[in-house]
Amino acid sequence: MSEVLLEARHLSKTFPAGRNRRVHAVSDVSLRLFAGETLGLVGESGCGKSTLGRLLIRLTAPSAGEVLLRGERIDDLSEAAFAPRRRQLQLIFQDPYASLNPRMTVRELIAEPLKTCRACPTREATTQRVLELMDAVGVAREFLYRYPHQFSGGQRQRIGIARAIAAEPALIVCDEPVSALDVSVQNQILNLLRELQASRGFSYLFISHDLSVVRHISDRVCVMFLGRICETGPTEAIFRRPRHPYTRFLLDAVPQPDPHRRGESVRLLSGELPSAVNPPDGCRFHTRCPYATRQCASDEPQLHGEGESCVACHHPLE
Amino acid sequence: MEPMTLRAVGLCAGIPTQKGEIRAVNDVSIDVPAGSIVGIVGESGCGKSMTARAIMGLMRSPARMTGGEIWLNGRDIARLPERQRRALRGSEMSMIFQEPMTSLNPVMKVGRQVAEAVRLHANVSRQEADRRAVEMFEAVGISDAASRARCYPHQLSGGLRQRVMIAMAMVCRPKLLIADEPTTALDVTVEAQILRLMRNLCDAGTSILLISHNLGVIAQLCDYVYVMYAGRIVEQAGVIKLFDHPAHPYTRGLLNAVSSLRRGGERLDTINGVVPNLLRLPEGCSFSLRCDACEARCAQEMPELREIAPGHKARCHLAEREAWS
Repeated sequence: MSEVLLEARHLSKTFPAGRNRRVHAVSDVSLRLFAGETLGLVGESGCGKSTLGRLLIRLTAPSAGEVLLRGERIDDLSEAAFAPRRRQLQLIFQDPYASLNPRMTVRELIAEPLKTCRACPTREATTQRVLELMDAVGVAREFLYRYPHQFSGGQRQRIGIARAIAAEPALIVCDEPVSALDVSVQNQILNLLRELQASRGFSYLFISHDLSVVRHISDRVCVMFLGRICETGPTEAIFRRPRHPYTRFLLDAVPQPDPHRRGESVRLLSGELPSAVNPPDGCRFHTRCPYATRQCASDEPQLHGEGESCVACHHPLE
Repeated sequence: MEPMTLRAVGLCAGIPTQKGEIRAVNDVSIDVPAGSIVGIVGESGCGKSMTARAIMGLMRSPARMTGGEIWLNGRDIARLPERQRRALRGSEMSMIFQEPMTSLNPVMKVGRQVAEAVRLHANVSRQEADRRAVEMFEAVGISDAASRARCYPHQLSGGLRQRVMIAMAMVCRPKLLIADEPTTALDVTVEAQILRLMRNLCDAGTSILLISHNLGVIAQLCDYVYVMYAGRIVEQAGVIKLFDHPAHPYTRGLLNAVSSLRRGGERLDTINGVVPNLLRLPEGCSFSLRCDACEARCAQEMPELREIAPGHKARCHLAEREAWS
């Protein structure tokens, strides 16, 4: 197994929700990210996957727990002490329309992270490096002085990727990077992310609600439900033999692009998502789980398992 | 011949701009037979939502309908005055939208909003309208309907809001429901619930025109499918035929893009290039710039939408060669 790049230990994050209540966005999450791998993070909206991504790269401060970069705590560092490490942890955003400053040219946009980490000594060197990055992500060099509004969504996302890789990071958190794109363009971006990883060797934390995208790009997957990881393991194991009932429901719910496989005994999840302000006691899924017992309502199941596959369930599926 | 709930013939719609008219919908003809679910699939900007709005008579200025006929239950409604068009909306045809939050009034209880739709079309008392609204909430699977009717939209989850929208659309029992990306904003587990609800509505006699970019949703729900590209229909077929024997290179590209994602493997299939600017469409086939099979004729001459097998049409010079290869 390769080196542990980033580790989270018992991370929690709550946000104030008024009247002394708090939203439990992430609760007691521990995970490890290895150098060079892609870890997929899936779950439905509001399950805390974006918050977890931001906690891991220190864009949000945790309420409890630790984040370690190459074995060294980064969550308790001062801004000044953390600054030299910032370039190792980068982010690609979901919305390529909102995440680029409309008043900056492509050159300025891509040069900004280079300046921040003082990578290039001169103006000429900066321009040269920007052009190399444009080549790497597939934006034509002649567009150096264009503005974001002159590009399509896919091209903008390429510019966002160039910004993220400019500082040669060790980890890139990709937060729904292809959700806003059409399917033909989405595949172009996924191919690009894979090529860049193969040639530059960084790790991805790939956050998405689209299970087929996660299956394609991830080496390992974490499934989140209401702020907790309910199952984690190698991608194919999770998709072929899900052990947590929630994972099973999630996979079954995806509409198959095959009219021959219509109406295959899809079992629908009943009820509503519980509130993250008042998460249920015990297993957070027990209010919707058809297999729930009395134990599930009182005891919080812990992640356990052999090797890489772990599931947090008292009655995992066989 | 089976009765048609909706028959749109040669629809054209455009947006005038300083650089000329954007022809967002170009000679689009769509049939929705009674009791069936018909899909329109395409990527963003292909004109599928504009087609739906044209049929509903809900064009937003400066976009406008520039031609075509719309036959609803055997009557051409395209040239009816606005007052009469308005009377049809809700009672004979309804539409649901992608984002249920922005389509509901945030300062009005959801039950009242549905009751309002009832009172617009039926001469009934407030109490009766409220009663029908609650009844409809139950019909679309909202549990605890009476108390949910007293909620404001922000108190409901996305799935419940979409059910409220569907209840509002269906409360006057229209024959035709137009659903524009009804599940795109929803999580997959909620999406599955809404798709099942739409299937049940269809089984109960409502004809549905479903607009989606999601081929999974189309495959699961539709009987017949139209594929749109750059404002035109490029292929139409029964759902099984379309997925098994796509004839247009664009349809094949879309299907390959989706299936390669599911197949695994290193590289994903893509469609080269990007959607063309509607103001600067290529001279011949709109897809010619992105097409691997493009020949000299394709760059010069726009292909007709022509029948290549019974019930299967494609807008491609090379359709026969491609379909069975």
